[in-house]
Amino acid sequence: MLVNFTPPSASEYIRVLPEILLTVGGTILMIAEGLAGERHRRGLAPMALAFLLLALGGAVVAGMDPGPAFNNMLTVDGYATFFRLLVLIVGILSVLISGSYLTRENADSADYYALILFSLCGQSILASANELIMVFIGLEISSIATYVLAGFLRNDKRNNEAAIKYFLLGSFATAFLLYGVGWIYGVTGTTNLQEIHRFLTSSESVYSPLLVSACAAMMFVGFAFKVSAAPFQGWAPDVYQGAPAPVSAFMTAAPKAAAFAVFLRVYSIAFSGLTERWQPILWVSAMATMVIGNFAALRQDNIKRMLAYSSVAHAGYVMVAVVAHSEAGVAAAMFYLASYAFMNLGAFAIVTHYVGKGERYVGIDDMAGYARQQPLIAALFTWFLLSLIGVPLTGGFFGKFYVFKSAIDSNLIWLTVLGLLNSAVAAYYYLRIIVVMYFHEPTNETGAAGPVPAGVRLALIGSAIGVFVLGVMPSAVLEFANRSAMLSR
Amino acid sequence: MDAILFFLFAAIAVVSAINVVVQRHPISSALSLVGVMGSLAVLYLLLGAEFIAAAQMIVYAGAIMVLFVFVIMLLNAGAEKSPRKGWILTAVAMPLLVLFLGMVSYIIQRGFPNAPLVVFGQFTGGSPKDVGMALFTRYLLPFEITSVLILIAIIGAVVLARKEME
Repeated sequence: MLVNFTPPSASEYIRVLPEILLTVGGTILMIAEGLAGERHRRGLAPMALAFLLLALGGAVVAGMDPGPAFNNMLTVDGYATFFRLLVLIVGILSVLISGSYLTRENADSADYYALILFSLCGQSILASANELIMVFIGLEISSIATYVLAGFLRNDKRNNEAAIKYFLLGSFATAFLLYGVGWIYGVTGTTNLQEIHRFLTSSESVYSPLLVSACAAMMFVGFAFKVSAAPFQGWAPDVYQGAPAPVSAFMTAAPKAAAFAVFLRVYSIAFSGLTERWQPILWVSAMATMVIGNFAALRQDNIKRMLAYSSVAHAGYVMVAVVAHSEAGVAAAMFYLASYAFMNLGAFAIVTHYVGKGERYVGIDDMAGYARQQPLIAALFTWFLLSLIGVPLTGGFFGKFYVFKSAIDSNLIWLTVLGLLNSAVAAYYYLRIIVVMYFHEPTNETGAAGPVPAGVRLALIGSAIGVFVLGVMPSAVLEFANRSAMLSR
Repeated sequence: MDAILFFLFAAIAVVSAINVVVQRHPISSALSLVGVMGSLAVLYLLLGAEFIAAAQMIVYAGAIMVLFVFVIMLLNAGAEKSPRKGWILTAVAMPLLVLFLGMVSYIIQRGFPNAPLVVFGQFTGGSPKDVGMALFTRYLLPFEITSVLILIAIIGAVVLARKEME
């Protein structure tokens, strides 16, 4: 064994550059807080931003020289680079909206930013994982960091509830995933995705398809939990509602995108030979996710809970693209996740600012007359909500368009019809916020949010530009997605 | 002989595992867990994974369980009270559990129709040298990344347990 071993080359180290930079950055942040003392906490967010920008550069550099790294544990292809850049951009936007929130709640600390950086490190691993062991470790790094972030304000009961629910249910779901990984190793003798694919499609190998389907089903439990797909979506509303608003913004975008990235990679590489077995199950799950998310969102009066159910519904649309099981489907899912990240972060950025100290104003009715207080911010909120509905000229429109187009190309007519009906239902609850903001009179009870802090403003501009670019010039991003959608088997 | 040892310790593991859940007092649960860990170590040894068996005894049955018991005693946790609405949950959960276990055993039965019995010493490659070689060559990256995972867990514990922020 020793004879065959060659130490990893320099280019392999470059391929894990974003992970290295994020880990180093998180560690330095914690040490810096200890050295600089309590008074210099304002410098923490800019420092975290600097590390995130460095990692973003690192991801670009890593993406320029694609290939496997560390004995095929990771593979840096266009697909991995796309998701690495996406989660890092989400990280940057989340840090931008976190600074003022943490100051308001008197909870500024380096741990928060370090946890975001480490969580992103796990998601970056997930984006490029080519081995089930890396999938598990990446998922755990990303999840444990988000469990803690969900309960970051320890004096807030809602935070505690969110963290404990997320932690217990999440660990249970990961256990299922791990059990599935163990079985698949027992059947195929490998945890490498390409080798599993080769084993399952080779005519020489002897195995029971039933057993492999059971593995795929157990791994589905783990992945479906992480992307909040039905029937494992129950935690999402409680956790997204209870967690601090900027953390909810982060959780609905980055870990979800990374989990979808690995979900798609595992199912379209390792289990691609068993498509006819898992496709019907995912079909039902996609349908149920859309229906549950949209119809539950109709009845919500809490804006965070409504956005949480909307996040479940959007996971359902991405699931449609997963069910399509084609290159167009993969590209559509990539595009959808990118546009969802921008519009959702934009919406959550405004919510983060609006809820005020102690998250008092979380009711939808609290937004009454907001358009008169802050016309520009209300207009931006309207823009994000229209994108979430899927109105043309926004990123959300093309996201839905490509998803349903890929579904039709794969002959999923009924799923497409159901999806379109669902997006019509969704228009109601998004429009309701717009109506409340523009046509309802403010009362004494409603919140009066002050001027928008610079960080939130920057994040809003960034997200609005993202939604606009994806809505007006989708071809550049879609072309990149199409080129990288061919996952090597 | 191997089969007898296997079935003996597999039975002990299963019974102890059930006992972990059934026991009302946390200390009894923790001690049953030691039984699970110990019998698992014997099963690993039967399979020829001597390093894993030793690590299982030292790390899990030793260090981690001592920590568990220590924390339970520190928190002074008493016997848990049975929840009021327990029987409805039990009535729903028990058939589901039986169904799940039945399904899993059916699938394993179908998946490996003539699985060979364990034979002591048949599998080699579980020595510390082999494990170390695999860990530091092929699985170098997972090994290193795991340290990030552990670091996160420590930070998380500190964040959730530090003094009140004012």
